[in-house]
Amino acid sequence: MKITFPHMGNQYIGTKVLLEELGLDVIVPDACSKETLNIGTKHSPESICLPLKINIGNFIESIRKGADTIIMIGSCGPCRFGYYSILQKEILKEIGEQVNIYLLDAPQGDYKKFFSGIFELANTKNPFKIIKALYRAVRILYQIDDLEKIAYYKRPRQKEIGAVDFYYEQLHKDIRNVYGYKAISKLIKQAKKNILSVEEDPDKEVIKVGLIGEIYTIIEPSVNLHMEKRLGEMGVEIHKSLSLSKWVTEHLILHPLKLTREKKVWKAAKPYLKTMIGGHARETVGYGVLYAEQGFDGLIQVYPFTCMPEIVAQSIMPRIEKEYDIPYLCLIVDEMTGEAGFNTRLEAFVDLLVKRKEQKTSEELLLRY
Amino acid sequence: MAIKIGIPRALWFFDYYPLWKTFYEELGAEVILSDPTNKETLDLGVKNTVDEACLPVKIFHGHVLNLKDRVDVIFIPKVMSVYENEYICPKFCGLPEMVNHSIPGLPQIIDTEINFNRSRKSLKWTIYQFGRVITKNPIKIWNAYKKALEVYNQYREKIMDGNFPLDGEINEVLTQKNIKQKKNIKVALLGHSYNIFDSYGSMNLIQKLLDQHIEVIVPEMMDFEEINHNVGQLEKKMFWSFGRKILGTAMHIAEKNEVDGVIYLSSFGCGIDSIIEDLSERKTRKSAEIPYLLITVDEHTGEAGVNTRLEAFLDMIEWRKRDENNLSAHG
Repeated sequence: MKITFPHMGNQYIGTKVLLEELGLDVIVPDACSKETLNIGTKHSPESICLPLKINIGNFIESIRKGADTIIMIGSCGPCRFGYYSILQKEILKEIGEQVNIYLLDAPQGDYKKFFSGIFELANTKNPFKIIKALYRAVRILYQIDDLEKIAYYKRPRQKEIGAVDFYYEQLHKDIRNVYGYKAISKLIKQAKKNILSVEEDPDKEVIKVGLIGEIYTIIEPSVNLHMEKRLGEMGVEIHKSLSLSKWVTEHLILHPLKLTREKKVWKAAKPYLKTMIGGHARETVGYGVLYAEQGFDGLIQVYPFTCMPEIVAQSIMPRIEKEYDIPYLCLIVDEMTGEAGFNTRLEAFVDLLVKRKEQKTSEELLLRY
Repeated sequence: MAIKIGIPRALWFFDYYPLWKTFYEELGAEVILSDPTNKETLDLGVKNTVDEACLPVKIFHGHVLNLKDRVDVIFIPKVMSVYENEYICPKFCGLPEMVNHSIPGLPQIIDTEINFNRSRKSLKWTIYQFGRVITKNPIKIWNAYKKALEVYNQYREKIMDGNFPLDGEINEVLTQKNIKQKKNIKVALLGHSYNIFDSYGSMNLIQKLLDQHIEVIVPEMMDFEEINHNVGQLEKKMFWSFGRKILGTAMHIAEKNEVDGVIYLSSFGCGIDSIIEDLSERKTRKSAEIPYLLITVDEHTGEAGVNTRLEAFLDMIEWRKRDENNLSAHG
């Protein structure tokens, strides 16, 4: 059994650790590329959202490398992600790929089936072994998210542009070639050390931007055209509203216990959006408000074309923009997104933020004297 | 003077409006409906909604603007879920917020949450919340609800009987039984009720089919139990109520194979349709070999193009009939 899974940012590192700790054979899908998207677009329904197209591309590329089993997670609405797995099965069946799809879905009352599925997949009935592997996978996710945060901080301040990404990209290349928790953890620690030692330029003006929107497009760099790198090199320190480690803790550990760490965010969103409406719309609005309150210089929302919850959030954001006097940019990505247009808009936005900041400081100076 | 309540003639209007209208009229309010969708509603809606929203949501905004200056209260409930473990589309869930933040200067909004996702226990409380705007008397509200439910059931029966609530109004003359079906062609029209019953938004699709003396069936005419039974066979529970209705109908059509063609009317950018349409097509066209036509509408759709495609599709069905189904279903 050779197992593969779809990409979603750094999630592959966690999943790789999880499966390898269980002693299973893993095929990590190729990093998402233009080709991945092309394959996906060819086989998917036209108006489906971008993540499904990428997933299909990942699957087919992995199948070509010999994978015969796919792991996919699911949810139960109202966002259409919940029905991804069914559609993916249909698509793969249609193009004649013989694969097993394991669907790790929220058990709707049927716990027996849910656990027997997990036992079968894990090839063991020892719950401690599974929990241990899961624990290690989550730890890796925390480590890599920690590293990401350091990279966000360092990128706009690095003296030599590209220094951070030299180590960062090297790490991703190396991870594919090692096996198990210990080796990967060691690599991450080494990369962290390297990135921390990147020389900073103390004269650089850094502006802060909050990145909000749909989780997949925020986390997966190939989909948002490597936005964090682009922004970093323009002198922008970013903060993402959602991250994988947060998502995993929230959905796998806290949610079944009916707990949440997002109370603060929901409260911030309440005057604008009262209830959850699926996806991460409430988080988008809530974090938008929180970032504005924390004095960020701007907000950027990213989401895949036709994403339903984010459209609602998008119609609310201008109100927040006005009430908190914070510039806001909305970027929508799909398979047609052109790099040049994207870049122009980002540059213009960053220019605006820099000018605003300069104006603010000079106004303060004038008032002082 | 009676309080004026405005109900926009869009979205869930086509499914529930007799219920709401009777409810508020029983309570002594004056119910004002917005004008049927026309060019002005659409233009206003397009101007006042985020670009990414789908056509029905834009039309809805247009209807709210149409009502804005002539009513005291606008009825925009927050419809989250009407059946257990099911949802409506996320845009419906956030609709009051969307409207509120897109259109400035609105009168009071009734944005009570309808959420039966966990259970129906909150039904009475929800009804009370709806009635509270007019009266605080719970008995009066409950009686009004019972009356409204009766009228609503009659409305449902009429639709099941073969009537179309075009723009919300059932035209008894237009009943299928009164029209002679010369050609003996039966077509299933799939799609969300707010797309297919909105004459302007759907470009009179139902009327066009009826003019051609074609028998039309829509998901609303299906037996509820049968839809549930069909959808129950799916591997995963269909968690959208609209989706369940459409997919259940598609499965019924594929199984019985008694219609000559399927037309799916979808609005551009509809998240639910992107999945349901694909699955319906797989079930009807690919598995059951029934001719299938997908019409996607948005605010730019030209009627001439739709007419041409429709005519070609109907011609193909006729030829298939004449040539004993030797023509491919792939149009």
